[in-house]
Order: sequence, then structure tokens, then C-alpha cells
Amino acid sequence: MGNRSVIPFGPQHPVLPEPIHIDLVVEDEKVVEAVPSIGFIHRGLESLAGKRDFNQLVYVAERTCGICSFQHGMGYCEAVEHIFGVEVPKRAKYLRTIWAELARMHSHLLWLGLLADGFGYENLFYQCWRIRERILDLHELTAGGRLIFSVNKVGGVLKDIPEDKLKEILRTLDEVDDELRVIRSVFFEDRSVISRLKGVGVLTKEQVNELGAVGPFARASGVRVDMRTLGYAAYPELSFAPIVSNDGDSYARCFIRMMELFQSIKLIREAIGKIPAEKELEVPIKGNPDGEYFMRVEQPRGEAFYYVKGSGKPFLERMRIRTPTFANIPALCEMLKNADLADVGLLVLTIDPCISCTER
Amino acid sequence: MEQINIPEDVLEKTEVSDLLKRALELKKAGFRFSQAHASYIDEKFELSYSFSNYDNYGLHTLRIVIDPETEVPSITEIIPAAVFYENEMKELYGVKISMISVDYNNRLYRIRQETPMGPKKTGGEE
Amino acid sequence: MAIMKYAPQALKNLFLKPVTKNYPAEPAVYPQGTRGHIDISIDDCISCGMCVRVCPSNALSVDKIKGTWTINRFDCIACGYCAVKCPKKCLFVNPGYQEPKDGKPDETYTKSPEVLAAEEAKRKEAAAKAAAAKAAMEAKKKADEGQ
Repeated sequence: MGNRSVIPFGPQHPVLPEPIHIDLVVEDEKVVEAVPSIGFIHRGLESLAGKRDFNQLVYVAERTCGICSFQHGMGYCEAVEHIFGVEVPKRAKYLRTIWAELARMHSHLLWLGLLADGFGYENLFYQCWRIRERILDLHELTAGGRLIFSVNKVGGVLKDIPEDKLKEILRTLDEVDDELRVIRSVFFEDRSVISRLKGVGVLTKEQVNELGAVGPFARASGVRVDMRTLGYAAYPELSFAPIVSNDGDSYARCFIRMMELFQSIKLIREAIGKIPAEKELEVPIKGNPDGEYFMRVEQPRGEAFYYVKGSGKPFLERMRIRTPTFANIPALCEMLKNADLADVGLLVLTIDPCISCTER
Repeated sequence: MEQINIPEDVLEKTEVSDLLKRALELKKAGFRFSQAHASYIDEKFELSYSFSNYDNYGLHTLRIVIDPETEVPSITEIIPAAVFYENEMKELYGVKISMISVDYNNRLYRIRQETPMGPKKTGGEE
Repeated sequence: MAIMKYAPQALKNLFLKPVTKNYPAEPAVYPQGTRGHIDISIDDCISCGMCVRVCPSNALSVDKIKGTWTINRFDCIACGYCAVKCPKKCLFVNPGYQEPKDGKPDETYTKSPEVLAAEEAKRKEAAAKAAAAKAAMEAKKKADEGQ
């Protein structure tokens, strides 16, 4: 048995944009135990449910996270719409799908960039973020915000994407597609990438199920699950199947997210091709929510849970957001066991941690 | 889009004494733990433990309604993933949960006020 | 496995023109519809207070008598919900972000004197009408009592 010592990791660390602290118990260069602690930036958004009415809460829910903001707003709206029992107009559903997939693309590109930065490939990092910038420009063009969309409302969407902007999206996506193919071949074939990712941080399917991991992290270990199959927004009408890998290592996680980028491009193209030309973008909502509902949506980071309970008053009794990173932390700690100390930063990145989500 | 027959969400009311038994049964039946949360409504705690089946996307929620003073056994022995959820319930609401495998002792979130969302002792929120 | 996989793109990037702008020498271009900040055409405002009630971050306040509309631009999250809910549609979300400042000052818009005078006159008229109605009521009541 070697020398045991405890090394603190975070809350400030070059690979972490956000604060999470992990105490690493190391034996020589191997991690034997990892104890996480979160809560540096807890904001108490859930307790705002008693102070803002259910329409204002859309904007609160959206600000849970800066990166998957659209899906948070959408998940909350869909949950309240289920309580009201209203059906959103078709065009609004398609618009939500387009925006959700654009948001997924920007999130995955951000992650790929951070991963490249994590294993020390600066060029690739800048190239990913350069492509991401074009997606952000599309956000600004269509919704008015680069990260926070604020286009959702309970019962529909507030803004339409006119025909010329849809064409602009398609045109940009064509260019992004070409650029992505270049970095895909680098991520999949380059020697330095493979030697840093292949076989690092392996989790089996059983471990993932036991520890409740979600999203691309779980799909990389062979769990065939994608909440888009549940059929919210316009997904039931699009051709879509979850992307799954059986390797369970960091390379598989990179593979899943890279392939999901192309899947998102495909879904957006299909949605723009099928979008119905309706005038109606929202249904009128009368009264206040009375009832409860569990809504699950697939965010870039995985399955997010929304629980909304109202009692016929404008103020909800409970709004609960379970973010994907919150579910992934136990699996992360399991993954860190037996990892090399030098790989810890990279492994923390591979779950795509979004700590601000976690500390809603 | 592949076609999957998604069953309706189930909300099952149960008792504190049956919680561990039901959780174990669900786990044996192939469900995995999704989330747990508490809410404080009408001076009662409503605890929800959600389990999902990832083969057919079914969602099964166990709901227990208890007085604030009732002690709840921790399910972390059966489901290790529930650690953070139970610590959160304990810290934000003051639910009395016993025997959590890794108990953060109200140090999970660095907040000034104790149990900010639970029963009010003195003073308001914020 | 391959080495130097990224080299062609890296070389290409060397000769491409930069994707970044020389800001602030070159001004930033915002697409139409960017949610930058809230503007008001104050003379159309009827001081109903709807925007104050719906604002998720409590950044607005309205004074009906003085005819003012006040916004704290540092509390405002530019969600645009007030502009959606405004019954007179006199609030606009315009491009251009809030510039940094020392302190977090409120910004107050006051209605023009003509509009204020017109509103004052309207209020006086309404008050006079109400007073007249009240007087008539009382006179009637007295007459009833007298009978």
C-alpha cells in the first residue's frame, strides 16, 4: 500500500468554469476515493415558486442554466400545459423543436471545445467555439437572445421564425455541417485525442443504472434512453432514434455528443421541411393551474425533471427542477475511483458538468 | 421515430413503513431511481420518490405524506444514488431522514438559513 | 489513428480573415429583434401598472399622478414580458445592451407637459363630474328626507 493523501480538486480549477469541490483520496498517483461537495452558488430558484406567478416563472426556469436555457423554459411550460390540458399549436411545437435542437448544438460544441481544452488541444478548442459562434448568431437572429431565448410562454411561443430566417438557418447549417466534418475526423482519428480518451474512465451499463446517470453519459455506456422518445414538442413526427455506444469510456462520450450534433442538424432540417404554415402560435390559457405533473425532457446534458404542483392559485405550490448534472455526480465519483490523478480533470469534464444548473 | 408504447405515469400513495419495501420491489422490477423531492404543503411534507423504467419510459412515483415530526428511513442503503436528494430534502425542508449513507449534516448547500423552504420557525424567507 | 489530422485546417485558418471584430473601433451589428434594452414611448403610456405587476425581477415602477415610468436597468433582465403584456403596446425591446456604470441608478421617464396637462384636465373633469353627481345625490337625498 502506497502513501495515502487527500488532494482537494476545485472549486477553482482550470477545467472547471463553475465551482464544484471534490476531495480526492489518492494512493500514489491513483485516486481511491472521491468525495464531492457542491453548494457554493446555491440560488434557491425553487423557492421563488411562492413569490412569482406561474407566467413569470417561465423566465425564472429559463435562467436555471445559461447553456440549456431553452429546454428549461420548454420543460416548465410543457409541464404547466399538461396540467391545463391544452394542446399547443403545431407550428409552435415545431418552433420549439428547432430552437431546442439549436440549443443542443451550441451546448455540445461548447462541450467539445472544453474537452479539447481539457486534454490540451488549443487549436481544436478554438475551432469548436468558432463554429459555436455561428449557432449563437442564429439564436440571436431568430429569438433575440444569444443564450437566454425568452420565447416560451405557457400555451405556446411568443415569436415566429419567418420564412427568410428559416432559410438562413438552413444555409448556416450547411456551412456548419462542412466545418463539423473536419473536426469530427480530428476527434475520431487524431492520435493525441485517442490516446487521451480511449479506455479512460470506463463505466459499465450496470454501474450507470445503479447510480442513476442520465443523458449522453449514460448512452455512452449502452443505456438506450433518450427522453425525446417520450414525444414532447414535434419529436414524434420526426425520424429520430437515440445514439448509443457500448464502450462506456471517455471516447464513447465524445463520440455520442459528436454524432448528436449531426443528428440535431438532421432534425432541424427535417423540422424546417415539415413545419406547417399556421398563424396560430399560442392557445389562450384561462384560470390557474390546478394539479400536478412530472415532465421529463432531454437536455444536452441528459434527462431533466420538472415537477409542477398548483392548487388553483396564480402562485404554484411547488416547482421542482432536477437537473441532469445533479443525477450524474454519484456516477462521476464512481468513475473517479481508480483513475489516474492526471485524468481527473478530463473525467470531470466528460459528464458535461453544469454546476449552476445543479444549484438551482 | 421509433414506436414505443409508453405507459401512463403512476403515482402511488404509500406509507412511511412501506417505503423501503416498495423501493426494493421497484428496483427488483427493473426500475431505476430518477429523483426524489419534498414539498411542504398545508403543514405536511409530501415526499415523492420517482423511479423510471428505461425500457419503456414508464414513470413510477412513490408518494408519502407525513407530519413534519415523522422520521423517514433513508433509501440510500438500497439506492446509493439517492444520497444527494435525501441530503437536499433534509437541508432545505428539514425532513427528518435517518441513516443516510453519506450525511452532509446540513453542509450540502452553503446557505445561511436553516431549512429555508420547510416549516417556518421565526422570521420569513430570504 | 492518424497524426497531424488537424494540420490542413490549422494552415487554412492562418490565411482566413479573422472571425472576430475590432470592437469598439468597428461597431457591433445586432440583428433586428435582439433583446437589448426596454424603451418606452412615454406619451402613449396610460400608467396602468401592468408592466410593474408582470415584471419577474421587479425592475419597474410607475407613478400615475406624476406621470413617470421608472426602470432600474441593472435589475432588468430584458425578457420582454412587459412589452408583451403592455395593453397600449408602448413598450419596445430594442437592440443595444446596457452599458456598465458605477452604481445602479434608476432611470425615470416623465410624460411631456402637454400630455400631463391633458391628463390633469381629464382628472379634474372627472373629479368635477363626480362632485356634481355627489351633490345631486345629496340634494335628492335631502329632498327625500324633506318629504
